[in-house]
Amino acid sequence: MSPTDSSLGKDLIGLETLSASQIVSILDTADPFKEISERRIKKVPVLRGKTIVNLFFEPSTRTRVSFEFAEKRLSADTVNISSSGSSVTKGETLVDTARNLEAMKIDMVVVRHGSSGAARFLADRIPSNVINAGDGRHEHPTQALLDLLTLRDSFGEISGLKVCIVGDVLHSRVARSNIFGLLKLGAEVAVCGPPTLLPRGIDQLGVTVFNRIEEAIAWADALNVLRLQLERMKSGYLPSLREYNQVWGVTSARLDAAKRKIVILHPGPMNRGVEIDSDVADGPHSVILEQVTNGVAVRMAVLYLLAGGEPDRAEDAKTGGDS
Amino acid sequence: MTRPVVIRGGRVVDPANRRDDIADVLLVDGRIAGVEPRVAAPEEALEIDATDAVVTPGLIDVHVHLREPGQEHKETIATGARAAAAGGFTAICSMPNTDPVIDDPAGIGFVLRQASKARGARVYPLGAISVGQEGEQLAAIGEMVAAGAVGITDDGHPVMDSGLMRMALEYAQAFDVPVADHPEDLGITRGGVMNEGLVSSRLGLRGTPNSAEDVHIVRDLLLAEHTGGRLHLQHVSTAYGVDAIRQAKKRGVWVTAEATPHHLLLTDEAVEGFNTNAKMNPPLRSSLDRKAVLQGLQDGTLDVLATDHAPHHYDEKERAFDDAPFGIVGLETSLGLVYGHLVEPGLIDLSTLVDRMSWAPAKAFGLPGGTLEVGGVADVTIFDPGAEWSVDPKRFLSKSRNTPFGGWKLKGRPLYTIVGGEIVFSADEAAG
Repeated sequence: MSPTDSSLGKDLIGLETLSASQIVSILDTADPFKEISERRIKKVPVLRGKTIVNLFFEPSTRTRVSFEFAEKRLSADTVNISSSGSSVTKGETLVDTARNLEAMKIDMVVVRHGSSGAARFLADRIPSNVINAGDGRHEHPTQALLDLLTLRDSFGEISGLKVCIVGDVLHSRVARSNIFGLLKLGAEVAVCGPPTLLPRGIDQLGVTVFNRIEEAIAWADALNVLRLQLERMKSGYLPSLREYNQVWGVTSARLDAAKRKIVILHPGPMNRGVEIDSDVADGPHSVILEQVTNGVAVRMAVLYLLAGGEPDRAEDAKTGGDS
Repeated sequence: MTRPVVIRGGRVVDPANRRDDIADVLLVDGRIAGVEPRVAAPEEALEIDATDAVVTPGLIDVHVHLREPGQEHKETIATGARAAAAGGFTAICSMPNTDPVIDDPAGIGFVLRQASKARGARVYPLGAISVGQEGEQLAAIGEMVAAGAVGITDDGHPVMDSGLMRMALEYAQAFDVPVADHPEDLGITRGGVMNEGLVSSRLGLRGTPNSAEDVHIVRDLLLAEHTGGRLHLQHVSTAYGVDAIRQAKKRGVWVTAEATPHHLLLTDEAVEGFNTNAKMNPPLRSSLDRKAVLQGLQDGTLDVLATDHAPHHYDEKERAFDDAPFGIVGLETSLGLVYGHLVEPGLIDLSTLVDRMSWAPAKAFGLPGGTLEVGGVADVTIFDPGAEWSVDPKRFLSKSRNTPFGGWKLKGRPLYTIVGGEIVFSADEAAG
């Protein structure tokens, strides 16, 4: 296969380093894969014989399960390693863990790690494909890709959309990947949250900053509401969950004031009554469960493309005709 | 008795004596015996042809981590002293943040004994300000000075308790040594791993803002002014910090301060790609800060060029960025970096640079040398200003290789490092 400008290369580390055409190619490839999860027998032979390790140094349910479904529905052989009970807790270094796995002849590693840059670090040191499932506060590219796919499903196209990311942007890898991806696809991006939780210099990326949620709602077509980590109060970023909800909570009263449809995304898991009220999360404009469904399709697309699949042959690949 | 040495025909740059001309330098019995256009040497003298070379008072680095005792896998006093000599330094000041911390006269004695066996640069130890560098109780400052300490510092740990810093600045006056502080307010830093700015926001790395350093610099300057104490500010990296020191000096505050080669030549963009060899504390800052540090070095606000040589083992830097330790090595690249990238392009003149690397550090810590005054110690550095070379960390004499300057093209390379009239480094031997 000759590399095209939409091919991904060896790894998926983040959206900052991808081009718009690479991102669109992943989203386009995800579309035909959605249908597999609707079948009675949810399995195609695309990755038959491939060995994938899900290497999770941080606890995760949603992302790990989503990757595992994607891998299994594509017929890959998968092994899960989580930090508790692995040699990581016995002091083995990240690079040694990776080399040991490599020595067992694997094809891909899906890695989640608490340190920014850890996925890139691994990718630079092993020949397997590496997929970043979240590194520290840096990037969570598959989450942003599924957010982009969900926005595209809702609005038809992303270019020109006004998307505001609400909450703890400072500590959020979801926010960073979304900002990079949305800007590349031509959306207007804003962030809104307590000033203590917005990164310095973020405006230099071409992002609008709102301190008040009312302003953000008046501006946006869609809100991507981030989870508020409960430990942020202890480290002094804000006084209380109650105050957070009162000032920055996404409530139906605030959304109604906009007098138009505002699509609501949330990467989960939600703190109901803190960053988002239940009637919003469960309301007509919430696409939170569509995000989860799209997550499996997007991850299938990424796995397929990194394994050398071509975007325009995804449909054939599902029947085992190619890969 | 060492053989006399005569250095013939070099460009002698000796800022303390306002000399910059072609001359001979004669060293006899460990002392400078003559600096003249044509010096008469004893017959048995070893003759060094210094034509086209620069001859300076021995270079001094007042900020070096030697890691011994406790972390000898990173560096030892012997390897550090020899790496210093290879970098053209005749003397270095060792930091006390070892394991155990050098906070008593026995520790100072240990460093000096190890150094005397090294056959490299002289080592002048600093002792801790506080017991165990824990920031609570003053260490045995008087006894350490009596044992040979030339200053005190809790470097690596800023003195967070302003009352303790005041006490140190007062108490140390009895012994006429500077109190060196690593200016950083840990309450503002909060675990930051790089400069706070656009790069940290993009990479998702915890940022340390300039204000963490600025607050602490201003506090230290106020305390030095209040106590009349002798303050030395380590590795200044911010524009505001440089200006605050400049203003304080105008008011007559007794303060000296350092600039490092890396803060003069790099910005936080060097962290791009999560490069752990660009992780140090204070962090690489913005280009505005970099220019301010350079201006501070030019106008003498920052008196001293110091490397903050901080060796770490390869494995320790071969980690995710958050998990890698702070610090880079500097002894063997310092001269070539600043000569090649500051003097050659005309950003600083040679005489000023030699002042910042010899006379100013000698004055700041009351050390012998820093001048080619007849009768002074025969510590001399000879370097080839025309030698171009590229940094190959594998060739370092230091035990560690953690430098962001690997592959950089430098100009200016030490030919001879002479300590007390004895050649402790020669480029010919190193090459042969």
